[in-house]
Amino acid sequence: MKVDVVRIQVPALPEYLSLMRMVVAGTARIDPLLDDERVDDLRVIVSEACTNAIEAVQARAEDQGVDVASSGAVVSLECRLSASRVEVVITDEAAGFDPAALDVLPAVTDPTRLRIERGLGIPLIRALSDESSIRSGPDGTMVKVALYAAAPVPPGIR
Amino acid sequence: MIELGLELSERNGWAVLAVSGEVDVATAPRLRERLVGLVGDGRTRIVVDLEKVDFIDSTGLGVLVGALKRVRTNDGDLALVCTGPRILKVFEITGLTKVFAIHRSIDEATVTG
Repeated sequence: MKVDVVRIQVPALPEYLSLMRMVVAGTARIDPLLDDERVDDLRVIVSEACTNAIEAVQARAEDQGVDVASSGAVVSLECRLSASRVEVVITDEAAGFDPAALDVLPAVTDPTRLRIERGLGIPLIRALSDESSIRSGPDGTMVKVALYAAAPVPPGIR
Repeated sequence: MIELGLELSERNGWAVLAVSGEVDVATAPRLRERLVGLVGDGRTRIVVDLEKVDFIDSTGLGVLVGALKRVRTNDGDLALVCTGPRILKVFEITGLTKVFAIHRSIDEATVTG
């Protein structure tokens, strides 16, 4: 089965986030497996995963007392296009976090939820993808998602 | 440099902040700073107009939640204007449609009170 692979690696800095979204959206539109709404879902997913990576790199740099801009830390994005799905893998090399610990947010309607301004990213990644896995450890974090191709519309319908 | 447009106007006693562009970790600090500044100036009835926002992620949502909290502790209110399905979708998935008053127009957002 044919799989097209697009890879990009950027400095782990906020100003590159928009470029990452552009790359993934542009790639997913090459052979339009996904409709516009799903391409937008993918943009949000990539933004969330890359933001987590950028912040993890930033936190590590602060711990080590180094300047993140000159640390050479990177975030990598890989898109894999096949006939049935788009897979995206986002990796960083910063110390990770425990994905399971992120499930304990109070419900958004709980008044205490207003105290928490963060932690919506992973739930968004999970909700917007058809498959997702997050592996995180001391050597870095890998977020892997898949979105399925839209079922072809049979002729005569619509 | 990624552009984030922030335009302030006035309507029926509400401060209306029209945001345009992409709200993410690169641009959200500017939005946060502006909202904190408004509250600091005693403007605690705020409408954030998201009609010209092309993209928002959880970092942007976090700034809006923070601003809502801030105006409420000052007996104020914060309302949103948003009709774009791609922006509304992230509010819906995160359950924030239950937290924010989301209006279809600035007129609708500012008639109350």
